[in-house]
Amino acid sequence: MPASLIEGESVLAVDVGSANTRAVLFDIVEGRYRFVASGIAASTAESPFRDVGGGVRGAVTDLQATTGRALLAADGQLITPSQADGSGVDACVCTLSAGPALKTAIIGLLSEVSLESARRLAETCYMRILDSAGINDPRQADQQIDALMRLQPDAVVIAGGTDGGASRSVQKMLEPAGLSAFLLAPEKRPAVLFAGNQRLQNEVKELLGNVTSAMHYSPNVRPSLDTEDLGPAARELASLYLGVRKRQLRGIDQLESWSRGIMLPTAYSQGRMIRFLSQVYGGTRGAVLGIDIGASAAVIAAGFRSKTTLRVYPQFGLGENLPLLLQHTTLEDILRWSPLDLSTGALRDFMFQKSLYPSSIAATKEDQSLAQAVARQALHLAMQTARRDFPRGALSSQPGRLPFFEPIFASGGALADTATPAEALLLLLDAIQPVGIATIILDRSNLLPFLGAAAEHNSMLPVQVLDSGAFEGLATVVSLTGAASEGTQIARAHLVYENGAEARADIKHGNLELLPLQHGQNARLSIQPRHGIDVGFGAGRAGALTVSGGTLGVVFDGRGRPLRLPQDSGRRRELIKKWLWTVGG
Amino acid sequence: MTLAPVHHILPLATIIRERRLPVKGNVRVRVGQKVSPADIVADATWSREHIFLDVGRALGISGSAADRLMRLKPGDQVTAGLVVARGGGLLPKTIRVPRTGRVIAAGAGELLIEAGESRLELRAGLSGIVREIIPDRGAVIETSGALVQGVWGNGRVDSGAMISLADKPDAPLTPGRLDVSMRGSILVGGQVRDADTLRTAADVAVRGLLLGSIFPSLLPMALEMRFPIVVTDGFGSIPMNSAAYRLISTNNKREVTLNAEAFDRYSGARPEVIIPLPFATRPPEPHDVEAFAPGQTVRVRRQPAVGLIGTILSLSGGLSTFPSGLRAAGAEVRLENGKQLLVPLVNLEVVG
Repeated sequence: MPASLIEGESVLAVDVGSANTRAVLFDIVEGRYRFVASGIAASTAESPFRDVGGGVRGAVTDLQATTGRALLAADGQLITPSQADGSGVDACVCTLSAGPALKTAIIGLLSEVSLESARRLAETCYMRILDSAGINDPRQADQQIDALMRLQPDAVVIAGGTDGGASRSVQKMLEPAGLSAFLLAPEKRPAVLFAGNQRLQNEVKELLGNVTSAMHYSPNVRPSLDTEDLGPAARELASLYLGVRKRQLRGIDQLESWSRGIMLPTAYSQGRMIRFLSQVYGGTRGAVLGIDIGASAAVIAAGFRSKTTLRVYPQFGLGENLPLLLQHTTLEDILRWSPLDLSTGALRDFMFQKSLYPSSIAATKEDQSLAQAVARQALHLAMQTARRDFPRGALSSQPGRLPFFEPIFASGGALADTATPAEALLLLLDAIQPVGIATIILDRSNLLPFLGAAAEHNSMLPVQVLDSGAFEGLATVVSLTGAASEGTQIARAHLVYENGAEARADIKHGNLELLPLQHGQNARLSIQPRHGIDVGFGAGRAGALTVSGGTLGVVFDGRGRPLRLPQDSGRRRELIKKWLWTVGG
Repeated sequence: MTLAPVHHILPLATIIRERRLPVKGNVRVRVGQKVSPADIVADATWSREHIFLDVGRALGISGSAADRLMRLKPGDQVTAGLVVARGGGLLPKTIRVPRTGRVIAAGAGELLIEAGESRLELRAGLSGIVREIIPDRGAVIETSGALVQGVWGNGRVDSGAMISLADKPDAPLTPGRLDVSMRGSILVGGQVRDADTLRTAADVAVRGLLLGSIFPSLLPMALEMRFPIVVTDGFGSIPMNSAAYRLISTNNKREVTLNAEAFDRYSGARPEVIIPLPFATRPPEPHDVEAFAPGQTVRVRRQPAVGLIGTILSLSGGLSTFPSGLRAAGAEVRLENGKQLLVPLVNLEVVG
């Protein structure tokens, strides 16, 4: 354990994203860790700055202005440890997502087995899989070599062979990767992670060790045919990612020095926190979900009792990759979410223009409507893609439906760029379409990844900060599923507040309803669904539970799952406006 | 202090550009040498294709046994049909080189040959003086003149006389405006909306297009064009910004270099047009970063005034609320059309 991160010390956490850099201060207040304040500045990883240091110093300076606590010395260096006059901090942790997704090639044996595991492994980090080679690849070895030469991947992820299993086949699969790396200029050679048959590590080292920019090894992601274990390999992949970024971006070395090596990819750190939350707080009813939708990528982290699924999708990021979204969806499917009558041409122009300036924000209502529609569709696609890898046995209201998630943490630039909490909530409900009863928590300061990084060496900090109410509870959402006609009553809800006051709601199919319940308050919710309607207790079953308050209170989503929008565009737009108005405008 | 990115639209500046081969090669210029756009700065030969022969596997023998049969070593030139190895037995199998090339690796019964060798010539792309040599890769060239940066380029570079066909900044370039007299020229248009215009430009054999905007649906086709295309302001129907339009109009018919390098936000590579101009004293080099301040000329990056040029009147203290409902730091900007607008700082870039 580094001496800098012993329990009881103040901690500065810095996250360098594609659009924004954040700095957050955690310190001991009344004997427990608290989130003190956060600062933000535009990131400077890109040209003309090309050094993440400017954005980091900007965010820390903003934090200094908020707290009145000096954190940077005159030379721009972090004051550490904390001083008697109150300046400085004792420790620093960093997370990173800035930079283009790593161009990645994956190699495995069987397409349904190890190659699929390699794909899932690469998707735990900011990587774009641009080449995939398995034993049934129809290309000749020389065609594979030429493909890799054209691609010039930043990273190669290799899986294949159960432990003690296939060896000759794996070696044959590695030849094109090794030969192409040999042919590339040394500064263009990829970093390689081998996560296959453990008995082959020496041979792999012999074959690839001298022709890569960095060689990483991890335990086998497929130790046997029916077992997949991505955890240790994902950790090693995170290390590979940071190594590549250090070569690509200036200023990372400085951050590493500040944090004494406690630096993680933002998504990995978020996934780690979701895993922790699912183990500690995950109720018997379901799993914990974390989503982040920003300029770099859409990140889905789902923590189940048996495993955590972390997926990072640069193709659904809202920054420079935005035009790529159209490879996965249509303009019409995006525009269906807009409450304003805008053309597909305007949407296409918006997407391409936004890709030029990822950190720009919507200044007009029309621009905001387009931005929100794109964010909904991108997050919706990310959820639909990630759910394929959720465990089959995850608790759900019925087969094919999303598992029960409680709570749901949400963060990212797309949510920060919502004008009201209602806009943020509706975006999340439309995109995720949760089922059952879920608390939606808006992580405006992106605390979750910070806590994941801090947890590396200080287990008290995340636990105490989570208990301190640092997260903004947006709403408790009750999502009702089941067939019914539009406008028919599908449930009755009864809320009894702590002071004995009561409130009731009749929920109709196709509508949203809201009962107020302030942040920090609890209430007893009883709900009686109609026959065939499920609120999470089983079809037609009534139930009661204690729910927590939030900015928007308790929201009942009677729109059904999957959410079906009217075909008629005028009616659809009116309905979207009505929904937004219902939850607070 | 909020750092501001700078978008270069400069009537006269010292412009320093690096020209670098993607692979190792030979540098053909020396420091102090005057170069023209078409001059070759460096060249290299490289092979896009490779041939992999697993001789041991083909002959059904071990790698070491195959090595003993092979007579080739790295560096050997080989011609198509050359025998690599011949197996034993009653019906011996012969392994031949399928294409002419050069052996680059041999061992463990395997052979790697590079084929399809081609010559890569790196041209100066602008008139200027060689200031520095990059060993085995290229050179740094300095010139002086007007500079207009763009936001999108199709990856090509060329030079020629610039002819403006844009009588106003949003004038669409249409096939009817193009004719054979424009062959070898770089044409300026407000926007391109249809594929026919690109096809006609290719038929006329123009040396390049400089546009205010282009429809996104035309980008795949624009990437296929063999002449450079630089877009100054964005996608859709955005007029060319007035600062660029004025500068380009006043330099009509001059020789220009159109470098349609793809916009890379990390390396800093940007598409641009350079108009070499004579100078008495060395003009200043452009700044890449400034701090936002009143009086600066700025360009708006997003609606409702995308592409418009204006002047910062004041910076808002704290956060402002915009019609979108979002709150952010902003600046009061007087646009050239006389309107005054509050613009988020992140939607502005300094012109200079």
